[in-house]
Amino acid sequence: MTHPSGGEVLAKPAPSGLDRILDHRVLLSIVVLAILPWLLPSKALAVNVLIYGVVVMGYNLLFGYTGLLSFGQAAFFGAGAYFTGIAIGRYGVPWFVAVALAVLLSTCLAAVIGIISTRTRGIYFSMVTLALAQLVYYVALQAASFTGGENGLRGFTVDRISLLGLQVNFLDPVNKYYVLMAFAALAMWFQSRILNSPFGAVIEAIRENEQRARACGYDVERSKLVVFMLSGAISSLGGCMLALHLSIVPLDILHYQTSGMIVMMVLLGGARSFFGPFVGAASFLILEDVISLWTPHWQIFVGAIFVLFVLFLPKGIWGTLLDAIGIGKARR
Amino acid sequence: MTGELLRAEGIGKRFGGFVALEAITVSFAAGQLTSIIGPNGAGKSTFFNILSGALTPTSGKLHFRGCELNGLPQHRFVHRGISRSYQITNIFPDLSVHENVRVAAQALTVSYDIWHNRTRLSELNARADAALDAVGLLGRRGELAKFLAHGQQRALEIAIALVSEPELLLLDEPTAGMGPEETKDMVALLERLADKRTVLLVEHKMKMVLGLSKRVVVLHHGRLLADGSPDEIRSNPEVRRVYLGQSEGYG
Repeated sequence: MTHPSGGEVLAKPAPSGLDRILDHRVLLSIVVLAILPWLLPSKALAVNVLIYGVVVMGYNLLFGYTGLLSFGQAAFFGAGAYFTGIAIGRYGVPWFVAVALAVLLSTCLAAVIGIISTRTRGIYFSMVTLALAQLVYYVALQAASFTGGENGLRGFTVDRISLLGLQVNFLDPVNKYYVLMAFAALAMWFQSRILNSPFGAVIEAIRENEQRARACGYDVERSKLVVFMLSGAISSLGGCMLALHLSIVPLDILHYQTSGMIVMMVLLGGARSFFGPFVGAASFLILEDVISLWTPHWQIFVGAIFVLFVLFLPKGIWGTLLDAIGIGKARR
Repeated sequence: MTGELLRAEGIGKRFGGFVALEAITVSFAAGQLTSIIGPNGAGKSTFFNILSGALTPTSGKLHFRGCELNGLPQHRFVHRGISRSYQITNIFPDLSVHENVRVAAQALTVSYDIWHNRTRLSELNARADAALDAVGLLGRRGELAKFLAHGQQRALEIAIALVSEPELLLLDEPTAGMGPEETKDMVALLERLADKRTVLLVEHKMKMVLGLSKRVVVLHHGRLLADGSPDEIRSNPEVRRVYLGQSEGYG
C-alpha cells in the first residue's frame, strides 16, 4: 500500500476498439433486429424473437444484473398482454393508449408482488414470486368474464394502425415486425439508460455485495423493489406486443411454465449481457421449431441442451462469445 | 472539533438467552481516535455492529450529535454521518477499484437517478478519486477490486467508508490478516485519518492501539470494564488481569 507518486500513470480503464463499438450497443442491437426477419426462416419466428427478447430482457435486469432469481416473470408478461387486450377489446381504447395503460397497470402489479417478495431472500424469494405469479394465473382463470378464462382473451384485433398520419396495415407481417421492433428499440434504450445510470451502479452493488451496499447507505430493499418494478414494466411491454401480434391472449402465458421458459432463455443467451436475451429467445424458439418437427417431445431435448449449457457454458451463448473475443464485462 | 459526538446509554443486547452486552454506557468525543478492546467474546463486534446500525440493541439508546438513532435502519446511519469498515474484507470484488468507491460516493445523493450517465458525473468521480488518493490506491483505480492484494483491499474498504465524508468512521480490525509491512502502512493511514475526523477502532494489536488511540474503552463479558487514556488503561489492574496479559504485544 503505497502512495502514488506524482509521476505515476493512472490505471484508467482504456477501452479496446471492440469495447468502444459496444458503447453503441442499443444501435447495434437495433441494426441486428432490423435484419432479423431476413435471417430467420419465417417472419412469425422473428416476431416471436422480438417479443420474447423484450420479456427476457426485462427479466435479465432482475436476474442477470441484480441477481434476483424470480420464477414469476410470466405474471408481468401476461399482465401486459391481458391489460392491452381488455383495454382495446372491452373499452375500445386506442392501441397505443392501451399499451401505455397496460405497462402502467403491470408496473403496479409488479409493485404489489415486489413489496411482498423483495422482503425475502434466496430460495424464499424464488418461491414467493412463483406462488404470487400462480395466484395471478388463477385470478385470470377465475375472472372469465374479463379474461376469457381458460379459453384465453379474444375479441380484439388491431388490423390497421395510424402512425404520424400514415395508415399502416398491421396484418402485413413485415409492417407488424417493424412496428413491434420500435417497441423493442424503446425497451432496449430504456434498459441501457438504466444500466448506464447511477441506479445501474446500485443494481451492480447489490448483486455484488448486499451487505456492503447497505453499509454504503443504500436502502437495499427499496432498490430491489424499484428494479422489480422496472423489470416488470419492460417484460409487460413484451406482453403488450404479444397481444397486438396474436389478437388473442392465451391463458398459458401466465403459467409458471412460461416463467421457467423465460429463465431458460436468459441462461441460454447469457444473463448479464445486453443482447443475450434476444440470442436466448432466438435459440430457444429455433430449437423448439426444429426439434418439434420430428418429435412431439421436444422439451426433453431442449431440457438436455439447457442442462449442458448450465454445466459447460454458464455465461450462455452471447456471454461466452463476448468472452472469446475479449469484450469487457461492463459494456456487454 | 471537541464535544460529545456519539453517546451509548445503557446499551444491552441479547441473542435468545445469551447476554452479549449489558448496560454499556459510554460516550465518544468528536475529533478523537478511540479504540474498543477486549478479549475474544467480550462483545466488541456486537457493540460495534450496534453503533453502525447493523444490529438493533435490545435495550438502551444511541445518540449521535444529540439525535436518537434507535429504530433507524442501517443505511440511514450513513446518511447521518456514521460509516464503517468490516473485520472481514467487504468490498465489491467484481467492480473496478474506482467503481467501488464511486458507488459509495453516490449513495447520499443520486442513487435512484436513471437519467444521467454515471461515468459523466464529474463531482462524484472526483470525490471517489480523492478518497482513493487518501488511501494510496489512485494508481490502481481501473483494476478489478478482487485482484488487489489483501492490504490494498483493506485500504479500499476504508476508502469506501471515507468517501461519504462521515463524521464518525468505525473501523473493525483494519489490520486483520496483514503482515508487518502492510500493518505499518495501515497505521500511517489511520494516523492521517485521525487528524481530520473522529475514528472509532476495534483492534487486537495492543501496541498499535495504545500507540494510536487518545482513549481506550475496554469490554469484558459484555460489560464496560474500563474507559480512559492509554496510560490509564495500561496501569489499570483489572484490565491487566482480564486482558492485557493475553496480548503478546502489550508488555
